[in-house]
Amino acid sequence: MFDALTWAVSLTALALAAWCGHAAYLDQPTKDWHFIGMAVVTVLALAQLVIGIVRLAQGDKPDDSTTVFVAYLIGSACAIPAVGFMSLSERTRWGSVTVAAGAVVLAVLEVRLWDVWEGGHA
Amino acid sequence: MPESETPASETPEPGAAGPAGADEPERRGRRLAIGEGPGRLLVLVYGVFTVAAASRSLYQLIAQYEEAPLAYVLSAVSALVYAFITVSLVRGGEGARQAALLCCAAELVGVLTVGTWTLVEPSAFPDATVWSDYGMGYLFIPIFLPVTGLLWLRRAQRA
Repeated sequence: MFDALTWAVSLTALALAAWCGHAAYLDQPTKDWHFIGMAVVTVLALAQLVIGIVRLAQGDKPDDSTTVFVAYLIGSACAIPAVGFMSLSERTRWGSVTVAAGAVVLAVLEVRLWDVWEGGHA
Repeated sequence: MPESETPASETPEPGAAGPAGADEPERRGRRLAIGEGPGRLLVLVYGVFTVAAASRSLYQLIAQYEEAPLAYVLSAVSALVYAFITVSLVRGGEGARQAALLCCAAELVGVLTVGTWTLVEPSAFPDATVWSDYGMGYLFIPIFLPVTGLLWLRRAQRA
């Protein structure tokens, strides 16, 4: 379940990055549909946060330290909302670029999260 | 063909004329907005690096200080520089622009110094810093970031 969510968040984040990158290419700000896309990615990231904490509570141990694992989980959940708000106050193509960049950052965070969770025994 | 041309030529006209015409005088009258437009992207990247460097160095300083004190302290210094530039970009204005310009220059010197230092004397660094090997662990973004920042802040002055 946790691994599936890591994949889901990574892939939807990359799709969101491509979508908002395309909007920027067309010189458009983020629109309602983009925000729905951001909401989907954020819901997945929040689900990952919850499942991750449940797994910790069940006694599973991440490969790296628990603190680092939780920090990456929280960072992943906050990434898209943060850039969403930034694009709300930047109604130009650069708002779209910002969301695209934030989505790429989220994908990188997911790779790191994967390492932290099962880097040694995967 | 003629039918599809009519809506196509109609839509861009008001869209292109509206924002461009309304934007120009407004931009000239406003104070320097170093955190808007392309600057918004810089705010994000500097913000991400602030959080990354600060959380990383804080964790390492607390949990494993003895392993590589020099590396962790240097990471903390880089976090401070990133944080200062982020705040300056968000605050805006001429004073903040000059302060950010100075910090970007310091950041560049820092990346070059630490990058060279880690290559010349690896024994001093049992663990990596944010600026090790010119920021290789962060896809070399740390070396491009101050250059981009300097160029943007210089351009913002003329605007």
